[in-house]
Amino acid sequence: MVKHYDTSVELCGVKLDNPVVPASGTFGFGQEFAEFYDINCLGAISIKGTTREARFGNPTPRIAECKAGLINAVGLQNPGIDRVIAEELPRLREIYHKPIVANISGFSFEEFEECCAKIDKEQQVEIIEVNVSCPNVHKGGVNFGTQPESAAEVTRRVKAVTTKPVFIKLSPNVTDVVSIARACEDAGADGICLINTLFGMRIDTVRRKPVIANKMGGFSGDAIFPVALRMVYQVANACQIPVMGCGGVSSASDVIEMMMAGATAVQVGAANLRNPYASKEIIEALPAEMERLGIERLRDIIGIVK
Amino acid sequence: MYKRDIYTVLSNEPLTPAVYRMVLEGDTQYITRSGQFINIELEGKFLRRPISVSDYDEKTITIIYKVVGSGTEQMREMAAGTKLDILTGLGNGFNTENEAKAPLLVGGGVGVPPLYNLCKRLLGEGKKPSVILGFNTRDEIFYEEEFKALGVEVYCSTADGSYGTKGFVTDVIREKALQFDYLYTCGPLPMLKALYDATETDGEFSFEERMGCGFGACVGCTCKTKYGNKRICKEGPVLKREEIIW
Repeated sequence: MVKHYDTSVELCGVKLDNPVVPASGTFGFGQEFAEFYDINCLGAISIKGTTREARFGNPTPRIAECKAGLINAVGLQNPGIDRVIAEELPRLREIYHKPIVANISGFSFEEFEECCAKIDKEQQVEIIEVNVSCPNVHKGGVNFGTQPESAAEVTRRVKAVTTKPVFIKLSPNVTDVVSIARACEDAGADGICLINTLFGMRIDTVRRKPVIANKMGGFSGDAIFPVALRMVYQVANACQIPVMGCGGVSSASDVIEMMMAGATAVQVGAANLRNPYASKEIIEALPAEMERLGIERLRDIIGIVK
Repeated sequence: MYKRDIYTVLSNEPLTPAVYRMVLEGDTQYITRSGQFINIELEGKFLRRPISVSDYDEKTITIIYKVVGSGTEQMREMAAGTKLDILTGLGNGFNTENEAKAPLLVGGGVGVPPLYNLCKRLLGEGKKPSVILGFNTRDEIFYEEEFKALGVEVYCSTADGSYGTKGFVTDVIREKALQFDYLYTCGPLPMLKALYDATETDGEFSFEERMGCGFGACVGCTCKTKYGNKRICKEGPVLKREEIIW
């Protein structure tokens, strides 16, 4: 008899067929990947970070390769919340009927409020992920996420305008991520997503200039996995609310490791850019990895390592 | 459409000390236009290497690349039989569905390769293309003979005057008083800009930018155009003259 391996998880009442969620900013609004495979195999999709107004983002070049990763300084390029709602969500819904995580960014408390209030009316959005950790924009994004007080204030403001589960996406570029996560939990957050990218830099030694026009950017990819895992472990142990783990995940084994550290769902980011099939292949590899490790229900291992 | 597949290196040989031609065997059905590119996974490199398609047929893809860093150094060493994981059919490519009868093709350095398949295609459509190839110096010249073998008029320029017209591709247009009714070009940004300023003909310009994914997901390579933001890897690399913002 063939054993059934149960990969499903539940995130604040939202059922996911599996814990694999492409991370915001690495999956656009799904369309590019749908040309490669049927994206309905995914646990959920976290769509491109959205702000109130349309943004071009930073000047190019805004990508730099690193060993085992890349730096991006895209700077929240997006069409703005109104066009995301009017155009991108309906287009995505035509090809995808599993849960959507809407990633929202802002440059003021009011912008976070306004965007979340608008996205709250969108039925297909099951979870709101509030990005207080973008390293690529000045006077916004990460500034809200580097202090417990401001992260908590964003959480309170957003929670007041939506009934959907709210995850706060945190930055690793802080002294004490646990205190920030706790502050968000105390302010009513339904979950924590971490980590966003690590602040990094590359120099073109021939030209003697930074590779990236914006000089610095967010480092992601395989190299950051141990940092992400450690922070997921710390936050999951310090908070009661569920954690979406993110950072350097590129295999089914990484997914399971991240879940053992305390993640209920696991985001796959930079790996999608190198291999467009990465998320799909990870999902397909889960049962074999579960068999190897003697796991029948994936949700049983969440936070099992103390 | 595009797809990922495994391709086999059939040959890999130098055209100049720094420029190599690699022929790959595999599925080419997703390449539909001249000027599209492929994205090659290399061992130990996090990002793939985007390289324009110089030519293709039902079974093979020919690329021409310049060795400029550790990734292309790795490619230079690849022997026949090497298997490569490649995404093909990327980018929009050049559009030949227009009224032009005598288009001018201008390539600079490693911007020359994608014009080769384009030239063949234009000839196949009964048009009369002519070609300018721009290089820094005589030793860097490649594909002059290959273009001539197609039966088209080929002009060369070198910045140091060691071969052909001394100066830049724009000097060839002036010196030879070339007549053309459309422009297709690929090369370094200063060359594209100089051509744009020196000509008034409708045309298409192929651009380069540092890419993350090569298929539109990361939006790392976006540029501003008169028709809105465009991803060089997806809505590009070829932009129409009328939409370019310098």
